[in-house]
Amino acid sequence: MSTTLDIAMTVNGERIARRVEARQHLIDFLRLDLGLMGSHAGCEHGLCGACTVRVDGRIVRGCLVLAAALDGATVETIEGVSDTGEIRDLQNAFIARNACQCGYCTPGMLLTAADLLASKAEPTREEIREHLSGNYCRCTGYHAIVDAVEAVARQRNGKAQP
Amino acid sequence: MNEIIDPRSIDRPNSYIGKSVPRPNAKKLVEGRGQYVDDVVLPRMVHVAFVRSPHAHARIANIDAAAALKLPGVLRVFTGQDLAEHCEPWVAVLAHLKGMKSAPQHPLPPERATWVGEAVAAVVAESRAAAEDAVAKVDIAYEPLPAAVDMETALAPGAAVIHADLGDNLCFERVNESGKVDEAFAAAHRIVEATFHTARHTGLTLEPRSILADYNRASGKLTAYHSTQAPHMMQGVFAKHMGLPEGDVRVICTDVGGSYGIKVHVYPDEVAVAVIARIMGRPVKFIADRLESFATDIHARDHRIKGRMAVDAEGRITAVDVDDLTGIGPYSVYPRTSAVEGNQVVNLIGGPYDFANFRAKTTVVFQNKTPTCQYRAVGHPIATAVTEGLVDLAAEVLGLDPVEIRRRNLMRDGTYPRTSPAGMKFEGLSHEASLAKLLAMIDYPALRAEQARLRANDIHRGIGFASFIELTNPSPFMYGVGGARISAQDGCTVRIDPDGSVVAATGVTEQGQGTEAIIRQIVAEGVGVPIEQVRVITGDTLTTPYGGGTWACRGAGIGGEAALQAGIAVKQAVLKVAGAMLQASSDALDLVNGEIVDKASGQSRMPLVELSRIVYFRGDTLPPDLPRELMQTRHFITKQYPFAFTNGVQACWLEVDVDTGMVKLLKHWCVEDCGRVINPLLVDEQVRGGIVQGIGGALYEHCLYSPEGQLMIGSMADYLVPMAAEMPDIEVGHVETPTKESLLGAKGAGEAGTAGAPAAIMNAINDALKPFNAKVFAQPFTPERILAALGKVPSRWPVASSVALPLRTADASAAPALVTAPKAAAGTVREPGLFGRMFGRSRA
Repeated sequence: MSTTLDIAMTVNGERIARRVEARQHLIDFLRLDLGLMGSHAGCEHGLCGACTVRVDGRIVRGCLVLAAALDGATVETIEGVSDTGEIRDLQNAFIARNACQCGYCTPGMLLTAADLLASKAEPTREEIREHLSGNYCRCTGYHAIVDAVEAVARQRNGKAQP
Repeated sequence: MNEIIDPRSIDRPNSYIGKSVPRPNAKKLVEGRGQYVDDVVLPRMVHVAFVRSPHAHARIANIDAAAALKLPGVLRVFTGQDLAEHCEPWVAVLAHLKGMKSAPQHPLPPERATWVGEAVAAVVAESRAAAEDAVAKVDIAYEPLPAAVDMETALAPGAAVIHADLGDNLCFERVNESGKVDEAFAAAHRIVEATFHTARHTGLTLEPRSILADYNRASGKLTAYHSTQAPHMMQGVFAKHMGLPEGDVRVICTDVGGSYGIKVHVYPDEVAVAVIARIMGRPVKFIADRLESFATDIHARDHRIKGRMAVDAEGRITAVDVDDLTGIGPYSVYPRTSAVEGNQVVNLIGGPYDFANFRAKTTVVFQNKTPTCQYRAVGHPIATAVTEGLVDLAAEVLGLDPVEIRRRNLMRDGTYPRTSPAGMKFEGLSHEASLAKLLAMIDYPALRAEQARLRANDIHRGIGFASFIELTNPSPFMYGVGGARISAQDGCTVRIDPDGSVVAATGVTEQGQGTEAIIRQIVAEGVGVPIEQVRVITGDTLTTPYGGGTWACRGAGIGGEAALQAGIAVKQAVLKVAGAMLQASSDALDLVNGEIVDKASGQSRMPLVELSRIVYFRGDTLPPDLPRELMQTRHFITKQYPFAFTNGVQACWLEVDVDTGMVKLLKHWCVEDCGRVINPLLVDEQVRGGIVQGIGGALYEHCLYSPEGQLMIGSMADYLVPMAAEMPDIEVGHVETPTKESLLGAKGAGEAGTAGAPAAIMNAINDALKPFNAKVFAQPFTPERILAALGKVPSRWPVASSVALPLRTADASAAPALVTAPKAAAGTVREPGLFGRMFGRSRA
């Protein structure tokens, strides 16, 4: 049952080439083969959002994508967007407002929040809640997460903090 | 002597206690640079996958691993018999829970599987994927046995007895009684009664249970990287049952991805991993997948409670009488036991109220389902739902507002210390102040006006209240007196390094609630240094003082006080050295912001870093007999009260769609009193997170079983959890009644939200449904159950009913206000299995 394929992709700006098992999902590939431990497997059913990463600019559930299907793709993980500083304001807001507790959901939550703010400059609290509703957080109660995303949206628009 | 700085004087240097200081460990988490157990990779590491029982109860006749062992990458297959030789079984009872019994439990059962999902064989392979491939090839011959599934019939004549040696399926029984209950009911003006159900649910930590155990034969040492709340307890458990000296076992908690009580228990499959590591002499990793989590993480709160309350004509509670039944699975869970939840229920019911006559009985039974044990706010949400549900029923029959009946019955502020009818000792609570503060936050008259206005438009909103108490800072009365090696004390070592930086090693652990943040605040203030100079070490039995870990809301109250005392002790040590160096009395000096200063003038005398340089590198220049230990350890244990009780009150504002049965949460409020608030930012989100877990249990979460004991939830599509879109904004307020047992004055804050939320939601739903004379008492309050209460669909579930009885009243207008839910459809309706539901077959 180990059919392997050779793939090449760009991960966090670096070109990599590996031989992968056809059945391996992207999260296992990132974690086991590339050592990128920032993306977490929470349910492996595509329901919790902990494994959210970016593929070719769109957020996906890393557990629902096979690595073998991503030959030629561009993948970005929390490590990559942290190094580039792209979501530094969101990360700072999560720290300042205690929007992360155990941190297991946080990388996926941040990438989903960044995805929302990329498409909508100033979402309402309801819109933030709706967009984040595929990312499970057991610790916070979500309130602080919504606060953090709302604050960053206002900040990016040059508005005063709520 | 150092005095604790009033947290309100926040302008003083180093006064961090009471301030919203961000967590020092948050940055690594937001950058994905945390390290959870699954992120740890060791040389020669192998992986375990378990073969799990598909039967609720079956004899294991034969295990044939030949085909599995032929697969590439597969190294070993272990059975229960294989591991039994290397591990003493455990029996989870506590001596102070009189008459409690349970059966010996092994890492893997040698003879019988007793719940669906129980691990019965372990496959070890070079990768988890290879191990899972091999699991499918292990051929196990089971002989199915009769199962005891329904807790209601577990003690009935003819019920299948799970452990023959125990004689029956009774684990524990206790009646907690005071006053003259029967006389009080006989003399009551009105009696209300109802049957409540709280649904079996689970913690669903996003990081599943995880362990990486490594046994080094050369050194004879076992190291376990373990996602746990109690590393020292686990050190003792591994040592005792594997026959190792405790000193040869090291437990390391790296980052823990959520726990909520789920990760404070001994799981047989995790012990199996440690035993396998010892047998194989190499690192062995096990990370549960989500299905394994549903089937084997502890479940909780599977209770049926019949409750009644007597009130007098003035609306005062005169008596409470409850009968609790709970099913805990086939074994009591080690070492805390599965009787504690029921025991807490009978200790906590009626807790906020001033009345004299009390009787609460709990019956804890074995059954062939996943074991249950302590989950966040153990017993509290059950006790609070029953108490607050009865209070609202009483208010209704008396024609009182829910706030008014609480005002008449809550324990008065300023009447402490006192003891509750259930025997709980309260040092100091603030029910009245908390309720007053809550009412100031919610604008109650405006909500009532809005409710009345919208009812005219057929929009049905309700407001529900729940006062509660919460048990925190447990003493040895919780577990230690029962014989469990679970530490109620905790320690902290604080040291100053040559560069003037401070390191604090604490026995309490971090699972995201902010333990490291508050220890850092407390130590910085205690020593007198900028907070940036303090680093905190947690979660390593080799490097931290012996302690209990973080559970039962003890991190701040117990661990925090040890940290404060250790910090102050280090400051005293510094000032002693400084006095000698500066030829001044150490009493005339202080350590502020990393500088030795004159206490009176505040004038700087010497930087701390200069003092530490002298101590570590030029000790020859100090007086020979001068103590210069810039490292101090202090331990703390509560002594006067078995528990530090906290209190609070919640309110929920919601809308019920009476056509669909859907509940929309509009707003939630909580005022809680956890004593000294160390970090408002952290406490508020603890309370909110707790409330949302309570909301989950109240509205969504249910570990469903078929009558045969098949678990019918397999993924988060079956087991619903609160997501952002359904959750309301939650406002949190505080009243502070510090405990006098410690200098710090902190009590716990982590469970208050969960304790009160389900009751507030239940009361709000029933308030919304008032025009329809419909009520719900069985959690989760699903649309189906609400529609059943409205008589719009037949009920397939235990239907809760409530009855209000008028007694001896001359007032003819007080006719029996019989409040009943529609009758249940006769007979048991069989649930389709998991796979039937997944493929959308219609329900039978």
